[in-house]
Amino acid sequence: MAIWFRRSKDITIHFKKYNLGLLGFFTQNFKSSSFFHQFGNSSTSPTSFNGNFRIPKYILFPNSPPLFSFRRFESVEAEKQIDSEDQEHDKQALDFPGGRVTFTSHLRFLSESPEKRIHCYRILDDNGQPILGSNFRQVSKEVAVKMYNHMVTLQILDTIFYEAQRQGRISFYVTTNGEEAINIASAAALTMDDIIFPQYREPGVLLWRGFTLQEFANQCFGNKSDYGKGRQMPIHYGSKKLNYFTVSSTIATQLPQAVGAAYSLKMDKKNACAVTYFGDGGTSEGDFHAALNFAAVTEAPVIFICRNNGWAISTPTSEQFRSDGVVVKGQAYGIRSIRVDGNDTLAIYSAVCEAREMAIREHRPVLIEALTYRVGHHSTSDDSTKYRSANEIEHWKMARDPVTRYRKWIGKKGWWTDNEETELRSNVRKEIMQAIQVAEKVEKPPLMDLFTDVYDCPPPNLCEQEGLLRETVKKHPQDYPTDVPV
Amino acid sequence: MIFMANSLKRSGNLVVSISKRCYSTTTISQQQQQQSSSAGNATVNLFTAINQALHIALETDPRAYLFGEDVGFGGVFRCTTGLADRFGKDRVFNTPLCEQGIVGFGIGLAAMGNRAIAEIQFADYIFPAFDQIVNEAAKFRYRSGNQFNCGGLTIRTPYGAVGHGGHYHSQSPEAFFCHVPGLKVVIPRSPQQAKGLLLACIRDPNPTIFFEPKWLYRLAVEEVPDHDYMLPLSTAEVIREGSDITLVGWGAQLAVMEQACADAEKDGISCELIDLKTLIPWDKETVEASVRKTGKLLVSHEAPVTGGFGAEIAASITESCFLRLEAPIARVCGLDTPFPLVFEPFYMPTKNKILDAIKTTVNY
Ligand SMILES: Cc1ncc(C[n+]2csc(CCOP(=O)(O)OP(=O)(O)O)c2C)c(N)n1
Ligand SMILES: [Mg+2]
Repeated sequence: MAIWFRRSKDITIHFKKYNLGLLGFFTQNFKSSSFFHQFGNSSTSPTSFNGNFRIPKYILFPNSPPLFSFRRFESVEAEKQIDSEDQEHDKQALDFPGGRVTFTSHLRFLSESPEKRIHCYRILDDNGQPILGSNFRQVSKEVAVKMYNHMVTLQILDTIFYEAQRQGRISFYVTTNGEEAINIASAAALTMDDIIFPQYREPGVLLWRGFTLQEFANQCFGNKSDYGKGRQMPIHYGSKKLNYFTVSSTIATQLPQAVGAAYSLKMDKKNACAVTYFGDGGTSEGDFHAALNFAAVTEAPVIFICRNNGWAISTPTSEQFRSDGVVVKGQAYGIRSIRVDGNDTLAIYSAVCEAREMAIREHRPVLIEALTYRVGHHSTSDDSTKYRSANEIEHWKMARDPVTRYRKWIGKKGWWTDNEETELRSNVRKEIMQAIQVAEKVEKPPLMDLFTDVYDCPPPNLCEQEGLLRETVKKHPQDYPTDVPV
Repeated sequence: MIFMANSLKRSGNLVVSISKRCYSTTTISQQQQQQSSSAGNATVNLFTAINQALHIALETDPRAYLFGEDVGFGGVFRCTTGLADRFGKDRVFNTPLCEQGIVGFGIGLAAMGNRAIAEIQFADYIFPAFDQIVNEAAKFRYRSGNQFNCGGLTIRTPYGAVGHGGHYHSQSPEAFFCHVPGLKVVIPRSPQQAKGLLLACIRDPNPTIFFEPKWLYRLAVEEVPDHDYMLPLSTAEVIREGSDITLVGWGAQLAVMEQACADAEKDGISCELIDLKTLIPWDKETVEASVRKTGKLLVSHEAPVTGGFGAEIAASITESCFLRLEAPIARVCGLDTPFPLVFEPFYMPTKNKILDAIKTTVNY
């Protein structure tokens, strides 16, 4: 990242020295992250904060920027604060594994929910206007434009592949609509050495890492060039060279695996972390809880990125959990956590940059809950109008679209023009259509690939089965697809 | 990832393999001829028959509950359509996305004297619940000396190939559960069977896993009585009588076996086809009686051949009918590979694979 900063010439970088008193914890931990930027001079209309997220009140008062700039990191420190009421009982304390526990004579249960919901870190308002007083990682023009390019590419990729499925050219597809910012900005905040354990709605991470449109098409068409050798359904991408583990349909299984990988990175003293993505639904699986707990106990440099998009197929988050979302679960496991506006590209970028540094430098897991919305149907097999209102979808699609919001910001910066927009869209469209046409013509993987990779080398039972199958194919060629070379 | 049966859209030559699998048995084609059915019967598909059974189960027992991922809006295969509206959200509801939770919750609910009907969205996703099923549900009665039981628990789950499901929307994991004393495993072949067997499972005093052949949810259409009826568990059915060879199968595979039997008949081979229906505890007697008659046995299932339930049937019948067997018992099953996407047609125990094995066995 630092390199990108140095390269950027046409923007003013504000190096802000933080007041140690206000940001004690942060200053200590981010000595090297001096690329923090603070907006101070842009005017923000309070009316633009009328969204669904509960934005803390003080954001609404643009004349208190210093307050906001440190308040957002308060949660990190909160743990250390001592309940003043309990101070009276300080002397009566129990030495218990984990530390001293003070006694209280009050019969009082912890509330099931905090009085206020955990706030949501945000930099750009709905109009793409930087929020006064917000602090964030500076982004160079180059990176900023590249992020936009990739978000647009992801959108077009989704549109065309979705259509290809509708036409019966591929058997299945899942779109990322509405979650472009999480995909691209989180990827941009990482380095290629960081290891990705994806769910299935993060193709943008792979795109950012350099997976070509042709490679996407090859996987979806399950042709000979698909790295997965046509064995898995479309969208189950994976790339060894891009450090992106192959997608599995099973929800949440990747989470504890990411912790194991992170532990390895730590033991090998690598300047890298593991990053795993999952949905709101995934947090209900046992694997999610196992992963958070393991990560905390093993002090593994892993970033958990939850795309809380409101829905798990037809199940709304209100039927998924009754906690204040996902962010609060981190603290329960002893994991540093933050809630971010998932449709704010800059906020995601900053949060992931910081998380990455904490994870690697301090050997600790970090949980990021990104609030967003699944704008598309769950998959091409789903019709989401059966279970959610068209208004809801429309609101998120139009009023809260992350790409539009980000476009406004780079537009205002003078980094992106309408002409560039038109040109980009038409070029990308052409490239994707071309990729599909090529992928469609490439033959399927050879029959041999049915039997390889079950083990490192085929055991006798598989050799025998392959022999028998070849005889059957010879005898009944009409039963078998002609595009699979035998 | 989910897909629904209505997305059976296939490209190119694979369309053929789907239409080949359209369900047809002699009994059903007979029934379908009488289009204007007698009162109280309607021609419905498999998911509708299951919906009817669930409706009856909830209506006839106020202590019956239905739950699972996305069950509230009707389920990803539409089996639970309308039930939340009809019986209320307290009895028919979505659960969090957690299979171990679904089954554990079901065990507790059942242990309190309720009928807990749990849905696992795909059989491929039953494994997070493996511990609850194997160590808990199956042993609940035994370990307590019959003080407690969770017999009211029924786990419904769609299984099997569907043409484009790849690794995680195609598997047939029945054999894992057939290795567990204390469970019953049931797999229906058609709408009429599904309704009667599901109601029997729900009301059976033992924990039961009911695997639904998802390929047939829409494709299998059959006349199904409107009324409440049960079909006996652990009772196999001879669905086609013959004298030269016995074929044993269950679920969706029977439609494929049926076609092989029909083709074999053209070659003068008379096949007896048995629907096992309940895999454990299974109806050995019916199979033995048939093998004593034919002297030959072929078992077929989609699951990988090694360690599949076909192996158990073959071993048992070898023990009991050794002197009567005239040929080695044939198994035509899935390959010992993960379930593949592009290679699905190669993986499958097709009609012609079965037909070839019938001929080899008969001519042994
Ligand atoms: C273990 C497991 N159970 C069930 C499923 C079926 N399934 C696929 S996606 C999904 C919902 C996932 O929702 P979420 O984690 O919120 O991710 P999103 O689709 O919203 O990105 C379900 C239930 C699965 N793939 N794996
Ligand atoms: Mg979700």
